[in-house]
Amino acid sequence: MILLQVIVGGLLLGAIYALFSSGLTLIWGMMNFINFAHGEFVMLGMYAAFVMVLWFHAGPLAFIPVAALALVAVGLLVYFGVIRSVMRGPMLAQILSTFGLALLLRYLAFWIFSANFVSLPPTALRGTLRIGGILIDVPQLVGGTTAAALTIAMHLFLTRTRAGSQLLAVAEDRAAAMLMGIRPDRMQALAWAIAAGSAGIAGALIAITYPFSPSIGEVFGLTAFVVVTFGGFGSVPGALIAGLLIGLIQALSAFYLGPIYKDIAVYALFIAVLWVRPQGLMGKA
Amino acid sequence: MRGNRLARLLLLAGALMAAPLAQAADAVKIGILWPLTGNAAAAGQAAKAAAEVAQDIVNNAHPELKGIPLADTAGLPNMGGAKLELVFVDHQGNPSLAQQLALRLITQDKVHVLFGAYQSSCSFTSTAVAERYGIPFVIGDSAASNLTGRGFKWLFRVTPIATDFAEAYMRFFDDMKKQGKSIRSIAIVNENTDYGTSVGDAIEAAAKKNNMPVAIRIPYSASSSDVSAQVLQLRDKQPDVVIFISYTSDSILYMRTMRNLDYVPPMVLGDDSGFSDPSFIPAVGDIAQGVMNRSSWDIGKPGSTTYKINEMYKAKTGRDLDDTSARNLQGMLALADALNRAGSTEPEKIQKALRETDLKPEQIMMGYRGVKYDETGQNVLASTYLIQLKGKQYEPVWPEKAATTPIQWPMQTAKH
Repeated sequence: MILLQVIVGGLLLGAIYALFSSGLTLIWGMMNFINFAHGEFVMLGMYAAFVMVLWFHAGPLAFIPVAALALVAVGLLVYFGVIRSVMRGPMLAQILSTFGLALLLRYLAFWIFSANFVSLPPTALRGTLRIGGILIDVPQLVGGTTAAALTIAMHLFLTRTRAGSQLLAVAEDRAAAMLMGIRPDRMQALAWAIAAGSAGIAGALIAITYPFSPSIGEVFGLTAFVVVTFGGFGSVPGALIAGLLIGLIQALSAFYLGPIYKDIAVYALFIAVLWVRPQGLMGKA
Repeated sequence: MRGNRLARLLLLAGALMAAPLAQAADAVKIGILWPLTGNAAAAGQAAKAAAEVAQDIVNNAHPELKGIPLADTAGLPNMGGAKLELVFVDHQGNPSLAQQLALRLITQDKVHVLFGAYQSSCSFTSTAVAERYGIPFVIGDSAASNLTGRGFKWLFRVTPIATDFAEAYMRFFDDMKKQGKSIRSIAIVNENTDYGTSVGDAIEAAAKKNNMPVAIRIPYSASSSDVSAQVLQLRDKQPDVVIFISYTSDSILYMRTMRNLDYVPPMVLGDDSGFSDPSFIPAVGDIAQGVMNRSSWDIGKPGSTTYKINEMYKAKTGRDLDDTSARNLQGMLALADALNRAGSTEPEKIQKALRETDLKPEQIMMGYRGVKYDETGQNVLASTYLIQLKGKQYEPVWPEKAATTPIQWPMQTAKH
């Protein structure tokens, strides 16, 4: 029974990992662009939810969409304000620009919200379900299922819709896509809006369970990179599977080997997978 | 051309003559290393505010603070009323950064004394730099036993340390057993840097000495984003007391996860730090009713000196002083007392004055028996009492003579 509890806990945690990683894989895979500020987007989503709850006593049904919209705005602002110009610059400028952006956002948050940890007061999404002796945290369950739904929706959007195909075409060959009448600028702005928006949703969902401070983006940012690399560059289903797998391995190794070994287990497997499959679990070679 | 050169020479001569004059009224520079951002930023920022209150007490006249040395006068009287100047740096909880910053404070900012550094691991590295350069380093709050006992000559620690706490916990368990409480075994959950490891080791050793079985010892990383596996391990072992040696986000996460997994042991004993962090009670106060914690700080009755100091801190931050910040405030005051007696910013004189420190209970704001350092630099008169969360604040409950309210055992939210 306790094994089952550990597995359920690991999978729920993994789904949360997948949730905040899916936006990163979209930017990385679709634009060949590394967004180091992704963890900070998640952090901003958390504070968007926090502000909504604090000022308007909003419930999850209100603060999750608001966090998503707020981050869509941030994503567009970042794209048109920063990314569009640095895309023309050298590779190093591209990498460092989002790194700088990450620090800017983090310290802006320090300035506005102070360094104290905050957490959301009780919301409608609270409590624990007991299913046959297994305890499931409701916010984690909602977060996990939303993550799965969101990543599947994102996958379908990319593979089944016109806009998705245009996005992929731009990633594949910008010049050829332009010749086909696709406007790369618009498509890339769309990718940033979706990626940031999903980070906003992730942040709002995670904020229900976890205490947070402006430096939380660091933790989530690093995990997101591991999940995306593990799952395969640009593969949305890959991020979901990798997220679940990492959560599961962490939970099992933390319980049976001890918590200080859990990251050793994860990163050992991570290196092993990359050794055999450098493109990640579901990435294209 | 010639006139120009002459003017320059005159200017230079003037500057040279003015320099020693300016020196006499110069401030004493104290370099302070704290985690102002990162995981423990809340504690670092709170401690910064506390240090600024100490600075205010020393630099300005506060005759209302009875007993506190240097409160009456403005500045350090033996140094011509010199003021304290605080130089804060942020090591982010990173020991190697703490080491670099200590070096920068000494070589570039030319501070006269160092102070810090919250995380024991950061104190460990930065004190080594101070030792190498022969600059006194006063530790206000880091509790790891291995900080002293390295043969350092420039390190002075005001706070009680791990072994003091471990022994206090065992005496407390004995008292509880005498009152008929069942304590068959304890569990130790510690974050795995210097602080958690050394306090955990000290408690494990003290438990062994007192024949108290340790059901399980769980070291973990404080940056964990999930602790359910650890809580399940605890639920599996069913200890009567779980002692947490944790920082802020992890202690909050533990309380939340215990509630979610429907398990709260008969008693949770937090080893200060995270449990004293200003964010702890607002975040999980409801789940943590009855949690015990240690503290050497008590606000005291309205009108008392401690109460007035707390009011100064409150005016600045909007919050009451917590134990960690109060220990830092006390550390700064004890340092200022030594600086004044040194009457100079020469490192050797400050070191000598620190060695000769002998503050009496009525001269300090904490529940220590005084401040007096042994040859390792440890304050041998430091001690603690135990407090319990009741409503929105901790109340002293042990030892009995300090208690303001009876102890509640098992804790209110226990479920096991």
